[in-house]
Amino acid sequence: MIDSNVWRVARELPTLFNRINAEPTICNSNGATLKVIKLDHMSKYYGPYPAVIDISFEVLKGEIVGFLGPNGAGKTTTMRVLTGFTPPTHGEAVVAGYDVVSHSLDVRRHIGYLPETVPLYLDMTVTDYLRYMGKLRGMNRAWIDERVQAVVDVVRLGDYRNTLVGKLSKGYRQRTGIAQAILHEPDVLILDEPTIGIDPIQVVETRELISELGEEHTLLLSSHILPEVSMICRRVLVIHDGRIVADDRPDNLSERLQHSERVELTVRGPEVRQVIGEMRELPTVIDARRDIRAETVARNQRDGTVSVIVDSRPNAQVTEVIATKVIGNGWGLANLTPLPLTLEEIFLELTTEEDLD
Amino acid sequence: MGNVWTIAAKEIRTYFASPMAYVVAAAFLAITGFFFVASVSDAFSEATIRGFLAGAVFFMIFLSPAITMRLLAEEQKIGTLELLLTSPVREYEIVAGKFIAAFVTVLVMLALSLYFVLLLFVYGVPDVGPLLTGYFGLILYAAATVSIGLFASALSPNQIVGLVVGAGILTGLTIIDFVSDRVEGPVATILDSLQLGASFTVLDLESFAVAESGHFADFARGILSLNDVVYYVSVTAVFLLLTALVLETRRWR
Repeated sequence: MIDSNVWRVARELPTLFNRINAEPTICNSNGATLKVIKLDHMSKYYGPYPAVIDISFEVLKGEIVGFLGPNGAGKTTTMRVLTGFTPPTHGEAVVAGYDVVSHSLDVRRHIGYLPETVPLYLDMTVTDYLRYMGKLRGMNRAWIDERVQAVVDVVRLGDYRNTLVGKLSKGYRQRTGIAQAILHEPDVLILDEPTIGIDPIQVVETRELISELGEEHTLLLSSHILPEVSMICRRVLVIHDGRIVADDRPDNLSERLQHSERVELTVRGPEVRQVIGEMRELPTVIDARRDIRAETVARNQRDGTVSVIVDSRPNAQVTEVIATKVIGNGWGLANLTPLPLTLEEIFLELTTEEDLD
Repeated sequence: MGNVWTIAAKEIRTYFASPMAYVVAAAFLAITGFFFVASVSDAFSEATIRGFLAGAVFFMIFLSPAITMRLLAEEQKIGTLELLLTSPVREYEIVAGKFIAAFVTVLVMLALSLYFVLLLFVYGVPDVGPLLTGYFGLILYAAATVSIGLFASALSPNQIVGLVVGAGILTGLTIIDFVSDRVEGPVATILDSLQLGASFTVLDLESFAVAESGHFADFARGILSLNDVVYYVSVTAVFLLLTALVLETRRWR
């Protein structure tokens, strides 16, 4: 086990030395387009197993980026590369203007990181813990005093500042973890699954807190929960099996990545089964099923209508085809509306192994 | 260097805020006190700390890893190692800080044992030389055992693994003469030169001695030899380096 590690270290030493000799990569400092994170064809292998393959992306100063993917997709690995915890196998990563391998300490000075398992010393009080982290980051006493006071207020831990971390609830521990991440006023805030394992009310509060932090920090946040990402972030990176499969605004994602178009059809007259059967016979239609959303069902009962949801291939003018069919059959056309795909479905679409075509 | 003291101070505070340090120190004083008393309670006993030293070096094989087992294993288990390694702190600073904390704790424990010496002065006329070399040797011996214990603690997130591996390495270095007695030539010489110094003969409660061929023998006799000092300092340094290396390879996994 150790043998193979030593061997790998040895094998990668030449690259390491090259990087150490190279000048630090300083990003464009014209202000507006400052790249805070830059990953260039980065891959990370654990032994022969790839965790992340050939990832490239940039994050600009002030952006709030959501890093979305199922468990095991490579989110944590990417974040560990960015935080200097583990070096990339290939490619480079530049954070806050410094290469993560050759200038690891500089990178670590400029990031705030909350790992997935919140790293807390349970036998210290909140204040002692924060002071300790401040000292390790080279902050002087006055700055520590000022910032500990400030971050405890920011994360709303004021009443618990002298409580042992071990006695806090999970939500408050999470806040303590966030407090240490923002303590030294880092350029980049990297939060790995910040809402995992805490109760629903505290999840809501934590999300609000993160949204507030996003106003002042460049933020990279990972999650496997889609609504969370679309709520907090203005840009989403979707990662699956170690590769980036989408990089867009949450609202653009749905437009750009539609593998199917979906319409809701409400008609008066025929039976549900008959409508579904006829719709399925249309050439471009993939599937048709009854709309069972509660409000639609209620409306159907009130109006004496039936509603179905029709999925069709994209760019097939499906609304026109359906309208022609409905009118040709002599049914009453009550409603025909294109439905946007939710991010959740896009995500499934993006990360599903089988292709629809 | 600031980080080293920050980490050391935090760990020392943790030691003395938890029962661990007190329990180990109490066990150490009770066991070595027994050996001390047994070695000086005959009518014509010499006023020496030989019995104390023999008991101390033997039981530190287990007590040192018990003190160090938490240091790096727990950081791995609760995930704070990731926090340390993503803070602007170097591996060697973590290792040095942790080592200093455990070493200081052991020194406090050794300082408490000085009342044995006080008793010797009250009831007898001890020879000062062997007392000084004995404690000096014990301090060096403690550094080596703490270093090995710390290395073992870095290997696994499980504290018990750290304890067993640490005590295992120390036992191996203690009973290495079983092997060196059965081989010849340079190999025997090399193995002999590695012997840590404790002896299992203390357990039969007759000899109260450390290993004849080990590096502690001269300290117990009142002789200060550079050879022995270099041995303990080297063992300490080598295992501290190995510990830093283990942390470093952890990044590459």
